[in-house]
Amino acid sequence: MLAKRFTPLSVYRTKEADGYKLLPVRFTPLDSDRYVISNISGEFRVVTRDVIDALVSKELKAGSTVYDDFKAAHFLYDADSNAAIDLLGLKYRTKLGPIAQFTGLHMFVVTLRCDYTCQYCQVSRQTTDLLAFDMSAEVAKKSVDMAFESPSPAIKIEFQGGEPLLNFETIKAVVLMAEERNRSEGRDLAFVIASNLSLLNDEILDFCDVHGIYFSTSLDGPETLHNKNRPRPGKDGHALTVAGIRSIRERLGVDRVSALMTTTEASLGNCRAIIDEYVRLRFNSIFLRPLSPYGFATRAGHFARYDAERWLDFYKEGLAYILELNRQGYRLSETFSTIILNKMLTPQNPAYVDLQSPAGMGIGGIVYNYDGDVYAADEARMLAEMGDKTFRLGNVLEDNYETLMLSDALLDPLEASVAQSVPMCSECAFVPYCGADPLYHHATQSDAVGNRITSGFCHRNMGIFKHLISLMEDSPKDKEILLNWAWGR
Amino acid sequence: MLKLSVAGNVVVRPLRGGLSPILRVTTKSDYPFPLRKQSALLLDDLTDSVADGFGAVLARGGSEQGAEPEANVLILAPDLHYLADGDVIKISPDGRIRTIYRQAGRGVSLLVTERCNSFCLMCSQPPRDVDDDYLIDDYLRAIPLFDRSTREIGITGGEPTLLGDRLFALLRTLKSYLPETAVHVLTNGRTSSDPTIAEQFARLKHPDLMLGIPLYSDISSIHDFVVQADGAYDETLRGIINLKRYGVQVELRVVIHQQTYARLANLAAFITRNLQFVDHVALMGLELMGFARSNIDALWVDPLEYQQELVEATLTLARAGIKTSIYNHQLCLLNPSIRSFSVKSISDWKNEYMPECSGCSLKPECGGFFSSASLRRSPNIRAKLVA
Repeated sequence: MLAKRFTPLSVYRTKEADGYKLLPVRFTPLDSDRYVISNISGEFRVVTRDVIDALVSKELKAGSTVYDDFKAAHFLYDADSNAAIDLLGLKYRTKLGPIAQFTGLHMFVVTLRCDYTCQYCQVSRQTTDLLAFDMSAEVAKKSVDMAFESPSPAIKIEFQGGEPLLNFETIKAVVLMAEERNRSEGRDLAFVIASNLSLLNDEILDFCDVHGIYFSTSLDGPETLHNKNRPRPGKDGHALTVAGIRSIRERLGVDRVSALMTTTEASLGNCRAIIDEYVRLRFNSIFLRPLSPYGFATRAGHFARYDAERWLDFYKEGLAYILELNRQGYRLSETFSTIILNKMLTPQNPAYVDLQSPAGMGIGGIVYNYDGDVYAADEARMLAEMGDKTFRLGNVLEDNYETLMLSDALLDPLEASVAQSVPMCSECAFVPYCGADPLYHHATQSDAVGNRITSGFCHRNMGIFKHLISLMEDSPKDKEILLNWAWGR
Repeated sequence: MLKLSVAGNVVVRPLRGGLSPILRVTTKSDYPFPLRKQSALLLDDLTDSVADGFGAVLARGGSEQGAEPEANVLILAPDLHYLADGDVIKISPDGRIRTIYRQAGRGVSLLVTERCNSFCLMCSQPPRDVDDDYLIDDYLRAIPLFDRSTREIGITGGEPTLLGDRLFALLRTLKSYLPETAVHVLTNGRTSSDPTIAEQFARLKHPDLMLGIPLYSDISSIHDFVVQADGAYDETLRGIINLKRYGVQVELRVVIHQQTYARLANLAAFITRNLQFVDHVALMGLELMGFARSNIDALWVDPLEYQQELVEATLTLARAGIKTSIYNHQLCLLNPSIRSFSVKSISDWKNEYMPECSGCSLKPECGGFFSSASLRRSPNIRAKLVA
């Protein structure tokens, strides 16, 4: 009992009885009896159909637990408080924050040459003796200047190939030029080399040590699978990559090298073996990546060989095993899930270019090709190597920053990439976590907007969203692990 | 529990001209002469020989015989025998002595007004609508006498921001005289819903200023009920956002009791989604003082009963990278998974242990009890023995 001079809760609840208004929400079936409902900043709840019915027909009972939960999640508001609109605005601005930062990832294709002969190569590599496919000093200089035209406070230069270490002289020149320029610019400048590590030597390691350069490598799984996917004369690709990983860890530090895997037909039955290889090498994250529909991957029919559904089965099997490893005490996270969970469960936005709305093409990441051509994304230059230059923005030797960034080749697909306005995406509960990927839809459906019913991108992402939410709803232990991934713990 | 304002001191020689001097206590009778006028000499016995020139002479014992013939000589009531070197006091003409500052205390707390715009169910310092402007005047005079090495000063009320410019004058004085001292202001944040108030906190450019702001629920009506003020939730949230927009440090303070514990985990999740930018969250046990006593049956809950909610709330906040502390909880009642978040937070003049605590191996790390816990405490207090 409260002392007499105090007013009971029921009096403070009276304004709630006047009814409520809906804030912007979307809902999508999760399974046969549950729905996911989400707001524009990505907060979601899983409820049954009758709760959705009650919510939209304004029949939720004021003061009930579900009413309070929906009010706190900013699905609805009532006359007692209008703070929800301020807070929702703040959260939405935070989610969109990375877009205002503009282009942070600058990919330099310093050569198309490669010492590997991967069947699935997505960038159509050239043999190692064709110097015509190297980036010239002039193109390198103009590309660095262009990168610094970006207003982004953080600039990450990623060296791509081919095998970029085949043109290490240009890497050195770019690093030195960028550092010189940055003395007056004061950006948060970082470098990454995406390499198979077979050409790693002491000179390269010394340079990368002095300049704080990171490595990203490809590791497809255990030796047999890796060497099958990534053939190299000598058939020693796996051994060289593993040795390279060890050298970088010893010489530069354990966090200076990360690995990515590409899924092929051969990978599908080897899920556990692939993950075990990452654990054996003591990696704490693995990216179960689908194969993209570009480069040799399409020509050789690799992309068609398994559909999104088969990849999803592979992903689910892998995720279940990764969660099991976590429960057994080994900390391993799956990178794509982590990106999505970060969007679902936190107010942050990891600014992952493939899951952005509008898309990250050009405004999140940009590619400077060996010949000076500028592309809106890594996939855009892959398409170009196949003869489709739709997403070529211009050339650093001929164009300036304004003409590149205002080109129709960029603005048209960007306009098509605002998922909130794409048919079927606009009403999807998962749109706060997703993107629209105009390049993928151009490549697979010859239309930058595309049709979601036949879209592998939609099918795959939708499957992941539903799977992650179901895991969290149905298993408190898995939820705990996934929450830690979301927050980077 | 120490008394900070004590009547019953014997005025041996009356105070000069009815003034209320603010003085720094010293036990050194050979204290440098130029400092004596703003100092009070503290003696064990008034019969000791007394040097002259002090602003006052205080004695723990003795009689009028042999006393210094000057004015301002008092024999202290026993409640003030704790006074020591460096303390700052105010002596009223009637002999009442108010301790403004204790050098030995772990935390220095300045109550700046008893007026408040809220009326919280569990307020330990029930508001009074009184004219207490003299408090700030006293502090403005006393602060230059505080020891510069003071670690932290708390500003409490009432609602300090109701003082308007006078509060900011006090904060500026603290920054000027005690530039290395952290300042912690307990405010309900409602007035900072006016951006110009939030901006004034930022304009102080105080090197270590934190505002402690209570948020009791993720639901507006429940928060408003707890603070007994309609609309307070919206004002407090806007205040927090304004303060953070201006770069002022904000701590959220959540008092856990029967009316708030059920949605504690929801509140934590709400904070991680909406207020992730706050600098600290304190999850606090109930102090059975003031209104908390009047409403004890509507507020009391054995902390053992809300451990599930407290564990989830604590881990949710910590996972989101928000600095989180648990205050006012006895370690034996806390789930072991969250004991490391517990902080010895009870002021030393309020802190006690119970008979059940004897032999407990956690005692050195345990905050113990508020003195007020004699009124009611968990029946589940147990001494934990070293395993």
